[in-house]
Amino acid sequence: MQYFDPHIHMASRTTDDLQAMALAGCVGVSEPAFWAGFDRSGLDSFRDYFRQLTEWEPKRAAQFGIRHYCWLGMNAKEAENLDLSRQVIATMKGFLDRPNVLGVGEIGLNKCTPNEVATLAELIDVALQGEEQMLFHTPHLEEKYRGTRMILDLLHADARTDRSRVCIDHCEEQTIRVVLDEGYWAGITLYPTTKGTPERAVDLVEQFGVDRIMVNSSADWGPSDPLAVPKFIFQMRRRGQTEANIRRVVYENPLTFFNQSRNFQFKPAE
Amino acid sequence: MPNRPTATDILDCEFLVIRGKLLEVAAALDRIDRGTGSTDGDARRENIRKTLALLGGDPADSGGKASRAEQLQLIFSLPYEREWRKAQ
Repeated sequence: MQYFDPHIHMASRTTDDLQAMALAGCVGVSEPAFWAGFDRSGLDSFRDYFRQLTEWEPKRAAQFGIRHYCWLGMNAKEAENLDLSRQVIATMKGFLDRPNVLGVGEIGLNKCTPNEVATLAELIDVALQGEEQMLFHTPHLEEKYRGTRMILDLLHADARTDRSRVCIDHCEEQTIRVVLDEGYWAGITLYPTTKGTPERAVDLVEQFGVDRIMVNSSADWGPSDPLAVPKFIFQMRRRGQTEANIRRVVYENPLTFFNQSRNFQFKPAE
Repeated sequence: MPNRPTATDILDCEFLVIRGKLLEVAAALDRIDRGTGSTDGDARRENIRKTLALLGGDPADSGGKASRAEQLQLIFSLPYEREWRKAQ
């Protein structure tokens, strides 16, 4: 089955991974800007990273018939540095019109500090001013619930927010209900040890249906699996879900969500 | 509509998985207890105790009660304060 991985960090993955994903049916990815695993030394590192996401990674993916899209932003971990964040946001604006950019992301909170909130508020304002779609990172483990609620509070406070153009990612059992009830898209990340597993993601589909839900690998430089989405497909079949429901979650939903971005162009295979 | 399996079908499929995971939890708790010193008063230990009680309790019902998985996640979550912006 053809599928999209709507959140994967290909800059941290090998070309062998791209080949394996293509063999498994991947036809497109979207890669949000994120933390490198260490704090970058300055603005130039971010500029080069944005170039990598908009120039190099699309070419690398194209060698395997995979369309590469990306999201640009200032990640929550480095957002603690307000001066650097403002420089990065100003630089980011110059990249938003590049042809594979879907919007602003992944942005969000990590430890939910005042500085993170201040940077996030600026990023949301830039996105809304430019009518950009947004992709949100929600915090890990014990911070996830309150961080997700705080992100929703920030979005609710701005009347310009179009919830149908926002994805709240890394949803789990304690957060997906409020995200869907409030009208946002919900991303479920499939990780070996934290976040969700393919089995628990199918549990959520059984409980909440297939509307406005996407699943992703969020594969990066840490323990993660670039073939997590095909493993979700396998679990869906094992649990008796229809092919139509599976296709809806792994292919049609990402297309529907991405199609709201002015830069998204995708021609399905015949 | 998906062809949903029966509860017995699911138990057949999940029993050994559940058994194995519960055994890992039991062994890890034993390992902690064999360590030197004490974890008395450690909030993580109290949260583990709460989740074990949760797993042995009543199932989620159709009256809006959260699933066990959701309740477990909330036990391991920091509290959300609606007025958080005032504190910042």
